[in-house]
Amino acid sequence: MSERPTFTEDQVQRYARHIILPNVGAAGQRKLLDSSVLVIGAGGLGSPIAMYLAAAGVGKLGIVDFDHVDVSNLQRQILHTDADVGRPKVESALEHLRAINPSIEVVGHDTLLFSTNVFEVMDGYDVIVDGTDNFPVRYLVNDATQFLGKPLVYGSIYQYEGQATVFMPGPETPCYRCLFPSPPPPGTVPSCAEGGVFGVLPGVIGSIQATEAIKLLTGEGQTLEGRLLLYDALAMDFQEVKIRWDADCPVCGKEPTITELIDYEAFCGVPARPE
Amino acid sequence: MSVTVKLPTILRKHAEGEARVGAEGSTLREVLEHLEAAYPGITKNVVAEGGGLQRFINVYVNDEDVRYLGSLETEVSEGDTVSILPAVAGG
Repeated sequence: MSERPTFTEDQVQRYARHIILPNVGAAGQRKLLDSSVLVIGAGGLGSPIAMYLAAAGVGKLGIVDFDHVDVSNLQRQILHTDADVGRPKVESALEHLRAINPSIEVVGHDTLLFSTNVFEVMDGYDVIVDGTDNFPVRYLVNDATQFLGKPLVYGSIYQYEGQATVFMPGPETPCYRCLFPSPPPPGTVPSCAEGGVFGVLPGVIGSIQATEAIKLLTGEGQTLEGRLLLYDALAMDFQEVKIRWDADCPVCGKEPTITELIDYEAFCGVPARPE
Repeated sequence: MSVTVKLPTILRKHAEGEARVGAEGSTLREVLEHLEAAYPGITKNVVAEGGGLQRFINVYVNDEDVRYLGSLETEVSEGDTVSILPAVAGG
């Protein structure tokens, strides 16, 4: 090795199992320490995503959420505890992430994401991980990452089923709109609040998202780019389907018709959120 | 042709809770028609009113999105798996 990564004594001990691990090693751990990830949502998916990325030593971890911890969250949102009920999720998240790994930088973004602030919030982060819970923000995050040229680690859950993949920026590689060109009409897909969600499910999907984020940062392994991983907890069935790049995609296609952020509530047919 | 259809949670209520059901047909259209005859209402959100596929529910024959094959006219073979996949947003 020409460059010898330097670690503090604490880092050598803390990351010992990564440093001796083939395909991470000292060089990979150095990359993680020098990298930054933005996790959107500190809920069911965001909890394991943020906890594993903090533990792995991602140098700077941003957490976006506007909500407060509710007792009904605790069945699956393992980043928060009973004592946190009523606190802003970002505040609770930062405290627990610092407890997991005090040596990384954790940054809270206590806000809803809008077309007006998403570029600012995403600024400076290497990888974006989507753990949000609604269609308008999913399309917003997709378009913003495509415009900014940042990789997006996607995960989504409903009841007992989850989906995960990686969307890379740039032409000839699919984005979320290539997978689902249109959001479902309002009312056709119930939310987790309406339909329920199996508590462990976001643990599985969120852990897969954390895995993919780490692989993107270290450059090792094969990511889920171009593949959608489907998980059915009831049947205990994993399946993989192909995601094709859509040459007619309005955002990443050959002749894009959407070249700036739009009104995502209107696009999804839902009422605007107060800004 | 006999195929296996994998149903998402949201459609299982139409099929007595089953995650996988059998169906017959030589094209995706025939498979979905067979499915609808067996479980009325199950393809209501899969096939649009005009007769094409909805853009927020994907259908795969094995691991290929039928939008990039022949859409509803995609041919199916004995033993194929047809998966219906709605967009979900939960997190």
